[in-house]
Amino acid sequence: MTATVETIRGTTPPEPGGRPRGRAVVLRRGPFSARFRWRSVVVPLAALVVVVLLSAVALGRGDYPIGLGDVLRTLVGAGEAGQRFVVLELRAPRVVVGVLVGLALGVAGALFQTFARNPLASPDILGITSGASVGAVTAIVVSGSSSVGAVLGGLGVPLAALAGALGAGLLLFLLAFRSGVDGYRLVLVGVAISSMGLAVVDWLLTRAAIYDAAAAYVWIVGSLNARTWDQAVPLALALAVLVPLALAAGRVLGVMQFGDDTARGLGVRLAAAQAAVVLVAVVLVAAAVAAAGPITFVALVVPQIAVRLTGGSRPPLLASGLLGAALVVLADLLTRTVLPQALPVGIITAVVGAPYLLWLLVRGRRTPA
Amino acid sequence: MTTHLSAGHAPPTAPAGPPPRVRLAAEGLRLAYDDRVVVDGLDLALTDGSFTAIVGPNGCGKSTLLRALGRLLRPAAGQVVLDGRSIARTPTREVARVLGLLPQTPVAPSGLTVADLVARGRHPHQSWLRQWSSDDEAVVTEALAWTDMADLGDRPVDELSGGQRQRAWISMALAQETDLILLDEPTTYLDLSHQIDVLELVARLHAERGRTVVVVLHDLNLAARYAQRLVAMRDGALVASGTPHEVLTEELLADVFDLEARVVPDPVAGTPMVVPVRRLPR
Repeated sequence: MTATVETIRGTTPPEPGGRPRGRAVVLRRGPFSARFRWRSVVVPLAALVVVVLLSAVALGRGDYPIGLGDVLRTLVGAGEAGQRFVVLELRAPRVVVGVLVGLALGVAGALFQTFARNPLASPDILGITSGASVGAVTAIVVSGSSSVGAVLGGLGVPLAALAGALGAGLLLFLLAFRSGVDGYRLVLVGVAISSMGLAVVDWLLTRAAIYDAAAAYVWIVGSLNARTWDQAVPLALALAVLVPLALAAGRVLGVMQFGDDTARGLGVRLAAAQAAVVLVAVVLVAAAVAAAGPITFVALVVPQIAVRLTGGSRPPLLASGLLGAALVVLADLLTRTVLPQALPVGIITAVVGAPYLLWLLVRGRRTPA
Repeated sequence: MTTHLSAGHAPPTAPAGPPPRVRLAAEGLRLAYDDRVVVDGLDLALTDGSFTAIVGPNGCGKSTLLRALGRLLRPAAGQVVLDGRSIARTPTREVARVLGLLPQTPVAPSGLTVADLVARGRHPHQSWLRQWSSDDEAVVTEALAWTDMADLGDRPVDELSGGQRQRAWISMALAQETDLILLDEPTTYLDLSHQIDVLELVARLHAERGRTVVVVLHDLNLAARYAQRLVAMRDGALVASGTPHEVLTEELLADVFDLEARVVPDPVAGTPMVVPVRRLPR
């Protein structure tokens, strides 16, 4: 056990214009070495605690309230049958899907924003989510009319959303990529794809039967209603692969933040790295959207909140993911408890997230991309 | 600041023996953006430990040539050879441990501190496992101190003045620990005293740290003062190459820059100094 952990203090004393940038931890053991900022360790840990607490509260609250003690007893395998059913079969899948969707959207947003060097580059703006909506609404409207079709539609909506998101991602990459990525061009192309997708969705809705249109609308806004383990398990499996991949890309992302020439000068195979980052981010979004619909704003706002909390130069991946999870679970909890009417969670994430981002923007003068 | 004045232009005493090794060479290079050919059939060899300045009028292809030498631009024909091996066939990471480059007006992400910027220079030496070795730390600390940036390590790069910012980037290039360093107009947008400051630093990279330096420069007088060798380009072709005294003649200024000028000895460094008279019709 020869791990050395040393703490380095910034060399500059606090002075006007020269704010100290916080302390870094250096970890070296055997061939492994790494350096972290304290805040980039503390913020994700705090977010994790918040996610756990919110989840525990969310498992207890609802039409049939269960105390926190009973919730914990149920989770460890005890508790009475009725409570077990409510907690483990009705509420747990919903909470788990909420946590995982928030995690996926937060990480994907951080990947997109860093890769495009543009804080606007979120899957909502870039048309990835509207691609997913086209896929899902097509499946709902086309298959909704017959009872056989309804069954098919039920199975097919997540897969159709996945295909739509991947299609939009591919289109974006083909149209925006020109021997490198220009964040401005990427956002413009994304806005165009997004508008086209929304136009297709509107057209489908005008042609749909009223019942299908209502079902499609609930899906478009994004909802955690009536989620079961059927949605939670595939999403968990996808994230088990994608999140470690995203975290492994973190080191290269730090260099990709520079202009293309600098990044390539430092030995990054830029085209390959960019393609890999976009692919991981698109699949993360697709998996999240397939499970819960396009919950907007999380991928846009959470990475910007995270970078202001950690104080680095780019949106932190892990902190963005965990804060995303916290935001989605909190929003869902609010829809089920505080609000008189159960609103889809996608509306609340915007209502909760946007003011917080505005407050951070007004308070801080820096605007990291 | 004047202590290093002689460092840049002092030609090393050439001992009889084998000529210095060629580190970086362009062979029959043709460079084009889409269909527009910018450089055609260019040959150039840069020897170990040399300090070369590439000069020429706007649009002559000097920055394009530098980008190709730094493998940022793939040649339409011909090749760039680094240490006897085609640079296009050498893994880019391997190249990044031998050749560093500083693009024209590089952009740092907002909020990135000077120390973090310099630390990014270690990227080609790091891996997923080895993210911040004691070696990395020592090199970065030393690079900051050597460029006089240690006190500014915690400052965000985007809050620095132009001259300080360029120092930070040079510090990063130093931390990359490459034998060769290519700089594309490192003095752009700087006032004269900061231009001198940056070029003194580059000259020290060459003289004290033994780096092989290639720099694209606009200012002919400063190029003549600091570089050992000038390469003059016009319309994508190499027109002249040699010591500042050989290259910077009144005849060449007329040919390459369409400039009627007197060339007199620089009263401080003794290198050729251009005093413009008027622009000549082409």
